[in-house]
Amino acid sequence: MSDIPNPAAPIADPRGASLLVQDGRTKRRNAAEGRFKLYGIVAIAIGLLMLLTLLFTIVSRGTGAFQQTYVTLSVPLLEEKLDKNGNRDLAEIKKVSTFGYAPLTKAAFETKIAEAGIETSLKPKAMADLLSKDAAAQLRNHVLAKPELIGSTVEFEFLTNSRVDGYLKGRVSRESIANDKNINAAQLDLVDALIADGSLQKRLNLNFITGADASDARPEAAGMGVAMLGSFAMMLVVLVLALPIGVAASIYLEEFAPKNWITDIIEVNISNLAAVPSIVFGILGLAVFINYMHLPNSAPLVGGLVLTLMTLPTIIISTRASLKSVPPSIRDAALGVGASKMQSVFHHVLPLAAPGILTGTIIGLAQALGETAPLLLIGMVGFIASNPPESIAEGLMAPNSAMPAQIYEWAKRADPAFYERAWGGIIILLVFLISMNAIAVLLRRRFERRW
Amino acid sequence: MLPLVIVIAALALGGYFLARRRAMISAGGDSRKLHSLPSYYGYNAVLSVAVPALLALGIWLLVQPMLVQSSVVEMIPAQAVPEGSSVNLIMSDVRRLAEGLDAAVGAGAVSNEEVADLTAADDLRAWLAERGVAIGAEVSPEVLQAAQAYREMNALGHVGRNVFVLLLALAGVLLAYRESHADFRARNRVESAVKALLILAASLAILTTVGIVLSMLFETINFFSLHPWTDFFFGASWAPNFRGDSDLSILPLLWGTLYISIIALAVAVPIGLFAAIYLSEYAGPKVRATAKPLLEILAGIPTIVYGLFALLTVGPALVKIFGRGEDGLLGVDWMSGATSVLTAGLVMGIMLIPFVSSLSDDIINAVPQSLRDGSFGLGATQSETIRQVVIPAALPGIVGAVLLAASRAIGETMIVVLGAGAIARISGNPLEAMTTITTRIVSQLTGDSDFASPETLVAFALGLTLFVLTLGLNVLALYIVRKYREQYE
Repeated sequence: MSDIPNPAAPIADPRGASLLVQDGRTKRRNAAEGRFKLYGIVAIAIGLLMLLTLLFTIVSRGTGAFQQTYVTLSVPLLEEKLDKNGNRDLAEIKKVSTFGYAPLTKAAFETKIAEAGIETSLKPKAMADLLSKDAAAQLRNHVLAKPELIGSTVEFEFLTNSRVDGYLKGRVSRESIANDKNINAAQLDLVDALIADGSLQKRLNLNFITGADASDARPEAAGMGVAMLGSFAMMLVVLVLALPIGVAASIYLEEFAPKNWITDIIEVNISNLAAVPSIVFGILGLAVFINYMHLPNSAPLVGGLVLTLMTLPTIIISTRASLKSVPPSIRDAALGVGASKMQSVFHHVLPLAAPGILTGTIIGLAQALGETAPLLLIGMVGFIASNPPESIAEGLMAPNSAMPAQIYEWAKRADPAFYERAWGGIIILLVFLISMNAIAVLLRRRFERRW
Repeated sequence: MLPLVIVIAALALGGYFLARRRAMISAGGDSRKLHSLPSYYGYNAVLSVAVPALLALGIWLLVQPMLVQSSVVEMIPAQAVPEGSSVNLIMSDVRRLAEGLDAAVGAGAVSNEEVADLTAADDLRAWLAERGVAIGAEVSPEVLQAAQAYREMNALGHVGRNVFVLLLALAGVLLAYRESHADFRARNRVESAVKALLILAASLAILTTVGIVLSMLFETINFFSLHPWTDFFFGASWAPNFRGDSDLSILPLLWGTLYISIIALAVAVPIGLFAAIYLSEYAGPKVRATAKPLLEILAGIPTIVYGLFALLTVGPALVKIFGRGEDGLLGVDWMSGATSVLTAGLVMGIMLIPFVSSLSDDIINAVPQSLRDGSFGLGATQSETIRQVVIPAALPGIVGAVLLAASRAIGETMIVVLGAGAIARISGNPLEAMTTITTRIVSQLTGDSDFASPETLVAFALGLTLFVLTLGLNVLALYIVRKYREQYE
């Protein structure tokens, strides 16, 4: 009883301070509280800042790739050069190689300079060097597509050399070309004159999105299109294989599997496979699909198989989660009206889980689309993917690149003009990933049911 | 092969209708008298046609090349193998020649009889080139003979395969047709078959793991038979030399891997952990709903993007600070190239922030509210509660999250391939370029690799080491996390 303090006695602070004034210790504790909270805010701010920096870098460096510098020239397509016999036979026109077109472009460039009244001390060859090495091939493709143009004079937009392109985009300046063999100050003067004349300008570069990769010397002609087809072919393989196998495996594990050590092993296996480094899957693909089964090197089919094995755990994990979220009462009701276990799963549980499965599959596909490391080992880099496949079978079996592999390939080349391509490629890749994830989020919002 | 699959599909479809019709007839047209729904009799026919036939086809496709290969290899006399070459290389010549001949026949350039009459005296290379097939090397008589045998055996095998598979499919139709009777328990049969397929799909996970381990194990054993294991595990330097006699020690690579991972974790763990604490303990629902998904975007960005970011943005920025002598920001010249341990480590750290933060966030959220309330009741401030109650309670889970992040860091490839450099060395200077296990796997296995040289095979030993390392970390992390979860449930 004597432990109870006398309520009438005033509560004295042992340190003799007022309740209304914080003492030193409380101040320290409150300051520590504020600091701790600040650390958290700073950490999040750093994370978000990094994200912004990354996105800003990608956008600021990559948008250039979607524009390209072209020069408009009027080219007389001389019949005696391009179609000697004059019978417009496509097979004969095809015999004229790009070397046959080069003099035409060169002459057209000279005429242009003379017409525009630009004074220059450059020799015709040095002038023509401003054009891309791809210019003659460009003209040839145009003529092969429309042989009836032979004999007339056409206005044609030629790609310019990547240095000229860089000059217009600010990547190349008069100071930076001091040691550059590919361009000199006199040529840049000519470029300035052509810009003033209005015949040399930057415009949208659709070829970057639809075109094929080009060799080291022609960064201005390189595009992502063929690599994109390679990626699509791989995604097709992943979708066709990983979705049914993943769903089947999850149905078994979630609905039928007895609780025993075999099931345990399978489950541990799946969660471990989800964390195995992707390059290990590349080694597996190389050893099994290429060295043992002799599937063709660099084929999107092999890439698709490797990515399937890699994506399966992701799909299985998300499918199991959505199967689990279907309430047991649905199963019980189906069994109650006489359905078999298998019927209750396939007729009732699976359709209800479908939106969740689809969302998980899209996210798994997006992951597979951005994966690079395994593709390096099965040979999807190191060559120039120049010809778009002509059929689905060829798209699967013929060597091709893939979007991330193409970006890696460009990042390895020494010319800074390819770096711009690589960043531009990243923009395309991210557009795909963002739209896939957005579709997944929309599907989830639209169809997800809370029981 | 495609026509064969189409024929099987057609037989299966036909079997479906035949079996269904027969079952209906046997029940006198009244489906209530059947044991199962009519379509199950049809499905039973489909399964008994397609499953054995496709299975046989798959096995045949796997086994035939092995049998043909081994019997053709026996035909090649030992003296036909030139010095410095191997039977495998000869076999790939044989295969290429046989494929070339097949392509020429397929294109209609020659007939099968003409091919059989070929002798090595003809200039085969020019002869094939004329018919639109290019082959690399000159053809020796032994190779031609082997290629002819290879083609013959393959042709025989194809005929045998088609006949066998078709007979199997027909037998399936017949069997299912005869079985289809009102009393036949078609549904039970179909359902157990479907269940078997489901089990097969589930065991693919085990098959993949076994495939990974075996494919690397065999090549690793080959590697250790060509190269002393003591040098691999305890040697001091990594200097592959394609003329042979290389130093292939994992230690410098392991050092580079661990150094970069440690820097990455030093960036990711504090930032990720504080972000997780703020998001789960302080942030309001609105901040949480925006900041959390935004941070998680960092985890969804492909690693090639981070690699490029390291090589072209972070690396040059670091050089500007630590390098270039008088022109640099610090006026020192410690860093010469954009690739370095610090470059790769920093960028990898950014990538790992969301791994640490979302895993820790989940774990901190799982700490029961009663622990916090108890602490608040004793007069602790929020930060004191977090530091002294919540974090200790969540510590095993956080350690698990950090271990998972470490396993990601060790296995990460693209960032280090582009950002870390290619020089294998053991040094403490984070501004120097170093190399990692994953980069060396990529460089040893890309390009023209000869799978009989230790310089190529070492990649499999490295891969196995990497697999074991990350598997160990994952198992440990999962074990810790699981053990912790049991405490509060």
